[in-house]
Amino acid sequence: MVVVVFISMYALGDPTEVLIAPDASQEVRDKLKQELCLDRPLHEQFFYCFVGNVLHGNLGISFVHDVSATQLIFDRLPATLELAICALLLAIFIGIPLGMLAGLKPQSPIGKGIMTGSVLGFSLPTFWVGLMLILLFAVTLKWLPAGGRGETVQILGMQFSFLTRDGLIHLLLPAVNLALFKIALVIRLSRAGTMEVVHQDYIKFARAKGLSTPRIVFLHMLKNILIPIITVLGIEFGSLIAFSVVTETVFRWPGIGSLLIQSIAKLDRPVVVAYLLLVVFMFILINLVVDVVYSILDPRVRLGGRS
Amino acid sequence: MNTSTRSLLLEINSLQTWFDTRAGTVKAVDGVDLTLARGEILGLVGESGSGKSVMGYSIMRLIDLPGRIVGGSIKFYGEGTQNEDLVNATSDRMRRLRGSHIAMIFQDPMMSLNPVLRIDTQMIEAIQAHAKVSNKVARDRARDMLGKVGIPSPEERLQAYPHQFSGGMRQRVAIATAMLNKPELIIADEPTTALDVTVQAQILYEVRKLCRESGTALIWITHDIALISGLADRIAVMYAGRVVETGLVRDVIAAPRHPYTAGLMGSVPSNNPRGKPLRQIPGMTPSLSNLPKGCAFAPRCERATVTCQQVPQESPVGAEHKVRCFHPIESIPAQSRHDRIKV
Repeated sequence: MVVVVFISMYALGDPTEVLIAPDASQEVRDKLKQELCLDRPLHEQFFYCFVGNVLHGNLGISFVHDVSATQLIFDRLPATLELAICALLLAIFIGIPLGMLAGLKPQSPIGKGIMTGSVLGFSLPTFWVGLMLILLFAVTLKWLPAGGRGETVQILGMQFSFLTRDGLIHLLLPAVNLALFKIALVIRLSRAGTMEVVHQDYIKFARAKGLSTPRIVFLHMLKNILIPIITVLGIEFGSLIAFSVVTETVFRWPGIGSLLIQSIAKLDRPVVVAYLLLVVFMFILINLVVDVVYSILDPRVRLGGRS
Repeated sequence: MNTSTRSLLLEINSLQTWFDTRAGTVKAVDGVDLTLARGEILGLVGESGSGKSVMGYSIMRLIDLPGRIVGGSIKFYGEGTQNEDLVNATSDRMRRLRGSHIAMIFQDPMMSLNPVLRIDTQMIEAIQAHAKVSNKVARDRARDMLGKVGIPSPEERLQAYPHQFSGGMRQRVAIATAMLNKPELIIADEPTTALDVTVQAQILYEVRKLCRESGTALIWITHDIALISGLADRIAVMYAGRVVETGLVRDVIAAPRHPYTAGLMGSVPSNNPRGKPLRQIPGMTPSLSNLPKGCAFAPRCERATVTCQQVPQESPVGAEHKVRCFHPIESIPAQSRHDRIKV
């Protein structure tokens, strides 16, 4: 992945053209090229300048901002994480109950209504929904701000906005926007799971034991349908973090998504590469977490232990 | 084991359970009368699709849509209950009855326990659904019951998950769960069909013993007439949603009066001469959505006449022996036949 990105970024024009005034002299250009390691052939740039630095824990200095790319990303990561986690929570706490309801009553108007809603959630493009949300809630109704992060609180050296009222208000629209697709996805998954589980003998047996409906639904059924949902949500959480680009751009949310867009526009090669490395790392980490959660939920995949 | 000498526990009158499907109404149970005394073991026998499982689910009121109980009554005379009709009981009332007064055991032990919950969770919740009992007490009761159904080291096994048990062990767990609240009636829907023969025999023996000890009545639903003849006090043979013959096991087995029962008995392998093809009942079970007019068995019956275009009523042919047939087989001294049946 890194190689592909590196080469494709290399092919995308000359960063010095963007960085220096068009009337700068050739010496200035050469000096900058030398500093940024751009005067060497591709393979040397890759192995000597890039891999060498990475092995020393250095992902490069941003061409544009003149700070290390990792520093830049980690400064803006909390904003994205905050947004992604909010969206994930919305997806879980809205998607699963609605999906189970639709699965338990597939023929009722409620069930059909929920499914229609999920089709909309799936098919409406995120950027358009984002713009519509701004138009409705920020421009027409003036209930919520149109963009930005609002007030933030510093915890462990990171800025978070979900702890202040102003920040929460700013967080609401982008989180809903980002979550919409995931909610639709979770609704479909939990509906399908519920419809499958509801006819299982163990649910009938649970009813034959005289258990109350809430206990059957929220323990016996939920725990069984959670397994596929966790798998998908794990992967989707990675993509929430990685590809919140659209939402962040629409809502001027200062996260890594908008950083990526800016960096691509300015051909800021080290930032883009560092960003992608981070995303890859996140996906791996999330998959590990999903596997661990799996074994908590499903005793059949636990290794070792009692037999 | 005589019905009249014991008090009545369950009285089903002309019960009808129908399923509305696109292809028409499926009359899975269509006018069944049954009675059950306290502590009695009733074998409910029939082919696949005869409506015997639907009977069991109807009593539990666990019929899922598109099925519904259309008519009839299920009177339950349980201890501390108001002799109510289960057909009209509220769903909350049914929830209270299920598991405490009436329990059920299912056919496939691989499927009837929740795979993601521990055995203790699944057993304790069955107790706590009906009585305010501390976890500790409920757990002790669950453990004792597991011991009673023959599960070794029950204390440790409580901690296990269903996938750590074999099929036979799982069915024992299911039986233990059903017996936790000392129900007055257990409905067993082919609980040994999915198990191999040796395990089948053990489970049969244990269920019978437990029911006798605790005075629990049992409805054992099965297609295995040879198996039921060794277990039950009374037998009811179902065909196409109706009970065609009912009586004490020894009477029905020794001298079946309905041609269908006789056909079933005749097709038990041990009742067939060696080396000859097995006898069978000609034809197929009729589709329940398109039953023949009159007696549903008539098209397959060699005794059928024009009269069989009418629906036969239940008529007594002996003490507690009733049959739904215009041309019942005459009572023959079938001593030799009885001797041949392995029970």
